[in-house]
Amino acid sequence: MSGLLELSVAEAATRIQAVELSREEYFDAWREAAAGDELNAYLWRAEERAVESDGPLAGVPIAVKDLFCTEGIETTAGSRILEGHRPLYTATAVRRLTEAGAELLGKTNMDEFAMGSSNENSAYGAVLNPHDRARVPGGSSGGSAAVVAGGLAPCAIGTDTGGSIRQPAALCGIVGLKPTYGAISRYGMIAFASSLDQCGPLTRDVTDAALLLEAMQGGDPCDSTSVGIEGGIRAPRGEDLKGLRFAVPADLAHDAIEPGVRAAFEATLRRIEELGGELAEVPLPHAEHGISAYYVIAPAEASSNLARYDGVRYGTRVEPEGDVVEMYEATRAAGFGDEVKRRIMLGTYALSSGYYDAYYGRAQRVRTKIAEDFAAAFSKFDFVVTPTSPSVAFGLGEKTDDPLAMYMNDFFTVPMSLAGIPAISIPAGSAEPEGGGPQLPVGFQIAAPAFAEQRLLDAAYVLEQSLNG
Amino acid sequence: MAKLARLRLSDAELEKMAGELSGILQHVDRIGELDLDDVAPTSHVVELENVLRPDEPRPSWPREDVLRQAPDPAEGAFRVPSPQAEA
Repeated sequence: MSGLLELSVAEAATRIQAVELSREEYFDAWREAAAGDELNAYLWRAEERAVESDGPLAGVPIAVKDLFCTEGIETTAGSRILEGHRPLYTATAVRRLTEAGAELLGKTNMDEFAMGSSNENSAYGAVLNPHDRARVPGGSSGGSAAVVAGGLAPCAIGTDTGGSIRQPAALCGIVGLKPTYGAISRYGMIAFASSLDQCGPLTRDVTDAALLLEAMQGGDPCDSTSVGIEGGIRAPRGEDLKGLRFAVPADLAHDAIEPGVRAAFEATLRRIEELGGELAEVPLPHAEHGISAYYVIAPAEASSNLARYDGVRYGTRVEPEGDVVEMYEATRAAGFGDEVKRRIMLGTYALSSGYYDAYYGRAQRVRTKIAEDFAAAFSKFDFVVTPTSPSVAFGLGEKTDDPLAMYMNDFFTVPMSLAGIPAISIPAGSAEPEGGGPQLPVGFQIAAPAFAEQRLLDAAYVLEQSLNG
Repeated sequence: MAKLARLRLSDAELEKMAGELSGILQHVDRIGELDLDDVAPTSHVVELENVLRPDEPRPSWPREDVLRQAPDPAEGAFRVPSPQAEA
């Protein structure tokens, strides 16, 4: 039985299509594995298989972040305010996966409304890192990263607004891809910051990420910002990185990078050179302001998106004595956790009359400058590379009292989100955490121009094969 | 601000949050030092044409299914406390 769980998604799918492996046997093996969740990574697990379809993902069990609506299945976004909510429809990304033959294995835990970098903001308890259960798995797609890394699912999907796929993938030692904004429909994905949110795969390897991306990508009449990837995505291939130019941001001398992470990053750069890739430094002068711009824009959009949770149409309600406004206030006070309240307050402030230009207006201009920095870099280079996260997985509770320190986890991932470009994190070495302890995974981030996913996956694949070999 | 955001916060919560928000805003204020006068704001990263769908009627969600999600459905509608509750 255990041999089945070691197959990659691509291998399992090939065997199922060749009728060398039965769908039932494969699904049951994974259901049994998922039942052994000791990481608090699942919020819901499938009792039985749903109606099956044929396709490139036939028989592949998939774990889905609880931010995606699933018809008739509880969808909470990690929040008390949506406890018991059973959506009327299924998100397009999930529907496309099941139409391609995938089967829903479970819904994964997450930071409430995708706001967090450690998964400690879930109303349903923190997720534990499978490499060290005293540490966080990253966030906000921490449950999706933990189930893949912990052997509780063969693959998963998550969402990334400022790093929420890439950072947990890095901290859990797996592959996480944030596609170009517009590659995959956001329909049925509970909104956090609509101009940034994008869905993507969390997988064991780059080939599996490509397989899931191809199934999910495409335009959707239900999301006017979705356009898909022209030409689609095939299995990644390549032997070397000859002729490819990799840019390393010049102002990467950021004090916050842990020495171990820096050493692993530099070793990966040497590997790129050994594979024939060219390296050079490039200025990205506005990237360091990414966190500032992001923590204005994302909370501003969130404060507007989360206005709908008022205890009227769905979710939970708290009804004190008094009028309807008192009902709204009491419902939201009880239903939202601290970080969500903090971001709603921050966003409400940034959008309020008198502060709008100083915060929201300026942040949008910084966003333009960051996108221009990347455009300039991509006029000379194929890719921009950074560590995914400044640190390896940190301890549970270590950063919960300091929101700004928590936000700095997104230092390297936020600029790509603001520019709307695709970026992948692949496992690349390990490092000792600050303060000592066993080695933990380090992620290597590669970013590419908008809709250059195929080129990105090919390069990531070559690097992955070399690092694993 | 809590009133605007329709959040009821206790005095202790307000005090803690005021400190945290000041710290965050202090960091964010660094973008005030940048020269951004001639920069156009980006609200959206993908260049999009306006998308129109054909103006064809199609069924909405059945009312009873929608109301089943509500905390307090009544008489085919969402029931809420009166906007003018007695003091």
